[in-house]
Amino acid sequence: METAETPHPGATEGRLNRVTILDENGHRGSDPDFDPYIEHVTLDDLKSSYATMLTVRRFDDEATSLQRQGKLALWVPSKGQEAAQVGSARAIPKNDYIFPSYREHALAYERGVDLRDMMRVFRGYAPGGWDPREHRFNLYSFVLASQIPHAVGYAMGQKLDRQLGIGQEEHSDDAEAGGSEATVVYFGDGASTEGEAHESMVFAASYDAPVLFFVQNNKWAISVPFSTQSRLPLAERAAGYGFEGIRVDGNDLLGVQAVTAYAMDKIHRGEGPVLIEAETYRLGAHTTADDPTKYRTRDEEDEWTTKDPLVRLEKHLRLEGVGDDFFEEANQRAKEYGAEIREAVLAMEAPTLDGVFDHVYAEENSLVEEERAWFHEYEAGFEDAETQEGGR
Amino acid sequence: MSDVSQNIAMPVESMPMAKALNAAMSDAMGEDKAVLLMGEDIGTLGGVFRVTQGLKEEYGPERVMDTPLGEAGIVGTAIGLAMRGYRPVCEIQFDGFVFPSFNQITSQLAKIHARTQGDVKLPVVIRIPYGGNIGSIEHHSESPEALFAHTAGLRVMSPSNAQDAYTMLREAIASDDPVIFLEPKRRYWLKGDVDRSVSAPSTQRAQIVREGRDVTLAAYGPLVPVALAASDAAREDGMSIEVVDLRSISPLDFDAVEASVRKTGRLVVTHEAPTFGGIGGELASVITERCFYSLEAPVLRVGGYHMPYPVAGVEEDYLPSIDRMLEAIDRSLAY
Repeated sequence: METAETPHPGATEGRLNRVTILDENGHRGSDPDFDPYIEHVTLDDLKSSYATMLTVRRFDDEATSLQRQGKLALWVPSKGQEAAQVGSARAIPKNDYIFPSYREHALAYERGVDLRDMMRVFRGYAPGGWDPREHRFNLYSFVLASQIPHAVGYAMGQKLDRQLGIGQEEHSDDAEAGGSEATVVYFGDGASTEGEAHESMVFAASYDAPVLFFVQNNKWAISVPFSTQSRLPLAERAAGYGFEGIRVDGNDLLGVQAVTAYAMDKIHRGEGPVLIEAETYRLGAHTTADDPTKYRTRDEEDEWTTKDPLVRLEKHLRLEGVGDDFFEEANQRAKEYGAEIREAVLAMEAPTLDGVFDHVYAEENSLVEEERAWFHEYEAGFEDAETQEGGR
Repeated sequence: MSDVSQNIAMPVESMPMAKALNAAMSDAMGEDKAVLLMGEDIGTLGGVFRVTQGLKEEYGPERVMDTPLGEAGIVGTAIGLAMRGYRPVCEIQFDGFVFPSFNQITSQLAKIHARTQGDVKLPVVIRIPYGGNIGSIEHHSESPEALFAHTAGLRVMSPSNAQDAYTMLREAIASDDPVIFLEPKRRYWLKGDVDRSVSAPSTQRAQIVREGRDVTLAAYGPLVPVALAASDAAREDGMSIEVVDLRSISPLDFDAVEASVRKTGRLVVTHEAPTFGGIGGELASVITERCFYSLEAPVLRVGGYHMPYPVAGVEEDYLPSIDRMLEAIDRSLAY
């Protein structure tokens, strides 16, 4: 079986070092470039980040079992990627706009999306689930990389608003960061190969779009190892487009938070785009339809299990004197959250086809109305038949 | 949808279709700062067909963007700009170059309104110079309308004259739904009177452009003038052909065609796109369902063959011509 790191003859060397602040034993190191961006992070902040990661881990496990029990059409586990998501989320100003891929559950939670709404998507009851504008968090996008040019276009619009002097009051809830706004788009190592990823980076560079490309490299695109997607770390690609790329240990919450804060600061100053590659690992399956034992080794999985971002942050918190009480309480609350999710999924109301007819177009459309009328007539035929049978 | 131009009265002016399209974009941009133009070579050069000539000078490079060469990037970023509140009008340089953006158009642009259950509207127009008879090389003469018409969430339209080019593009830009706007490139220099002050009637409706009694001939875009010429030729032989300009390809105005067919009893549909799986087949099917007993003959189609658009040296044999339309009219009348 291939590993994620198969070598290529003749390959060139990358130039970027990987940033790590919290090492695998939970010891906090120092990095003069990025330390200033996490100076303000308190122990309480870290405990809160841990609690979120644990809650979403529990949510994720619950969703996996709901799928196994036939209550969800599909589930996309985020297990193992919580530090990359929570660390970055906590460094992105609330007014900035986020375009996720489809595995960003911890990010969605951080953005205030009700994960019960998200479950409607995976239950097969709603195509979206939440209003993207309410949370400044776009819907999940299931065609890989399709959301990247949307994010770049949105960022071009944020910049254009300032140039043309329009839309400020409509879009800006507060004047944080001098009234400037930016966009962050998440995608993975697999999506990085899509043409749209490339075109997006060209457009972003050409228009100086205020956008952060945040790649979670989880090493596997379903069954295809990272070495098939790229010879070099993806952050190295940024140099080819003429903007900064940063590699960070994606299982290190503080490292991710630091480099993201640095990047957002730079982008808000008008010096973007920036690309961050958070090197992490998908501990679960690609989706519940997948069987990772067919393509990756047990040794590799075991190795990454020891690098679990939750374990690392727990080690750090314990080194900082956080005791059992906190962890027990966090565990208890995460369990309760999982139970709430289960309850919500089982109580969901099924959608109607009328609800789909409603939104094919924004404006009235003669074809949709004709087909809707026919559908109603057809349905009414069954009702009449039932009434007649009942009357017999 | 916002109101289409109800501005001060302007004189009727004769201009080619390309200029009418230019005027529509210019007027829309003048009225609404959210309207942006994007595309390859549309700014400094004014577009390879000069349809956007002068607009960069008039409205600046921020609103008339000479984009990098990437159709998926153009449509993809237009979607993001529309999410931000803009109304982008994208130009795809030629029909055969639209396919790199096919994913963005069919999987994203068309579906995001439904996916967000109405929370996000995408008022994006994709202008595509389309169709053949210009003696060009491969990928420069195609008619991809059926591919887009088959995708729910998109409106598809094609004007056949300068006035419709103006009013339909204004309507497309004002629409809160994405519109595939197919410009018949062989008609860009066809002149006609254009009244820029009119409040447009909905161009989702087909228009009877020639009244007749014996056969209904339905066409759109580049073939409407050919259909009118076929009608003229038929009149010399004593036949009265009603010509319907469909204008909107999705949705199709079945009501207008049905009303005409109930009168004539016969229908011939023509388009440059291949006959198989085309708009003509859809129209034939619906009209047959709706007014089977009014039909004196099967609905006949005059379209392209099931082949890649051929080299320019034989395109005359491929394209629906006056003679091929007359042949179908004769066959219809022979039933």
